[in-house]
Amino acid sequence: MTPITVRRWAWIHKWSSLICTVFMLLLCVTGLPLIYHHEIDHLLGNGVEAPAMAAGTPKASLDDVIAAGNALYPGKKPMYISQEADEPNIWNLTLGDNPTDEGYKSIAVDARTAKVLAQPSFEGSLLGVMFHLHVDLYAGLWGKLFLGFMGLLLVIAIVSGVVLYAPFMRKLEFGEVRRERGPRVKWLDLHNMLGIVTLTWALVVGATGMINTWADLLLKYWQYTEMSEMIAPYKGLPPPTTLGSMQKALVNANAAEPGMKIGFVAFPGTPFASPHHYGVFMRGDQALTSRLYKPVLIDAQTSEVTESRDLPWYLTALLISQPLHFGDYGGGWMQFLWAVLDVATIFVLGSGVYLWLKRGVRASAPQQKGADIEAGERAAPAYATEGEAR
Amino acid sequence: MSGWFLRMWGAPILLAILTIIGLLSALLGDGVWDALSAVVLGVPVLCCAWYGLRRKS
Repeated sequence: MTPITVRRWAWIHKWSSLICTVFMLLLCVTGLPLIYHHEIDHLLGNGVEAPAMAAGTPKASLDDVIAAGNALYPGKKPMYISQEADEPNIWNLTLGDNPTDEGYKSIAVDARTAKVLAQPSFEGSLLGVMFHLHVDLYAGLWGKLFLGFMGLLLVIAIVSGVVLYAPFMRKLEFGEVRRERGPRVKWLDLHNMLGIVTLTWALVVGATGMINTWADLLLKYWQYTEMSEMIAPYKGLPPPTTLGSMQKALVNANAAEPGMKIGFVAFPGTPFASPHHYGVFMRGDQALTSRLYKPVLIDAQTSEVTESRDLPWYLTALLISQPLHFGDYGGGWMQFLWAVLDVATIFVLGSGVYLWLKRGVRASAPQQKGADIEAGERAAPAYATEGEAR
Repeated sequence: MSGWFLRMWGAPILLAILTIIGLLSALLGDGVWDALSAVVLGVPVLCCAWYGLRRKS
């Protein structure tokens, strides 16, 4: 690489990282508790446990489960009902004043007795605050898209950092940290070492995080295209006034997609359903297929299946990018490694800011003798760029 | 040339491959695949600790 190319890449690396660093630090810090959100919930006593009952205790009708929610909030309408893959004894039900109510109420209902177990409050809780700071900065879609743009800058910073790796490492062994050469050189070496070691993980988590910020837009596009095709026969009809049996809808959905389980059901009018349908989202039971949903649209009056089709590639990509961002698909060790790599990234970001703040130090003491880092035949230009690089 | 390339990029490429194996194996399988994922993803983490903390004697 010529000195001028190095200087250009250094410029790209400097500005892409400087702009996004503050937000990336925020994302790393708030992401850390989110890795352990289940454990933290249980620790704080917010976790919901289904009481132990004899194995094979029959399940209550889903209609009774929904009725329990309606009895608790008579003025509100159910929005979503869902079940975690590893907790078949609890239904999570959300209810709101309208199908897109952001101040929805969330309750957990025992799947066997149809009794309300708890009303976990997410908004305002510690994890709720962390979640918003991590996902949308309390600014809705625009907050998400802004953080997505910061994620793009991070990806650019990582790629430009890799380009700069070779010219900066020419005279060094892999992983060498020169502790005896003062704090700036030490942190430069640590920045390069941690950066190159965590490179792939940071790139994957950064890129999948960026993709996740587009979820709302991808979903909107899906509704305007595939969903409107599926519900075309209902065009112009008034929305149903009374809803058909959810239990029957569930049985029909299971019959339409044997071997799959219910992930969640969206009630009519919510973004995952149509005004005339229940949107039943089924998932598989294998490692990968449990992450992918297949939507089954059920007529909300008759509870009969209208149509089911596979998700388009962009929603499949979105669903696969979620576990790769969350690190929640490989058990406790993966969570731990995710957390350590997150902390390593905080060091890379922090050392990058430090190197930028101390950028003048080297330039003011330019005549250090001997074999210098990126010395060699092009000492001077590399020297000059090194000061600017971060 | 290839000697230089390997000295510079050998370890980074190896770590990248291990990370990709770790990220994918747990995604595509359970049980032993989760364990494989933990082992290979642990390599870059151990590298961070080893190179970051070691002192030359």
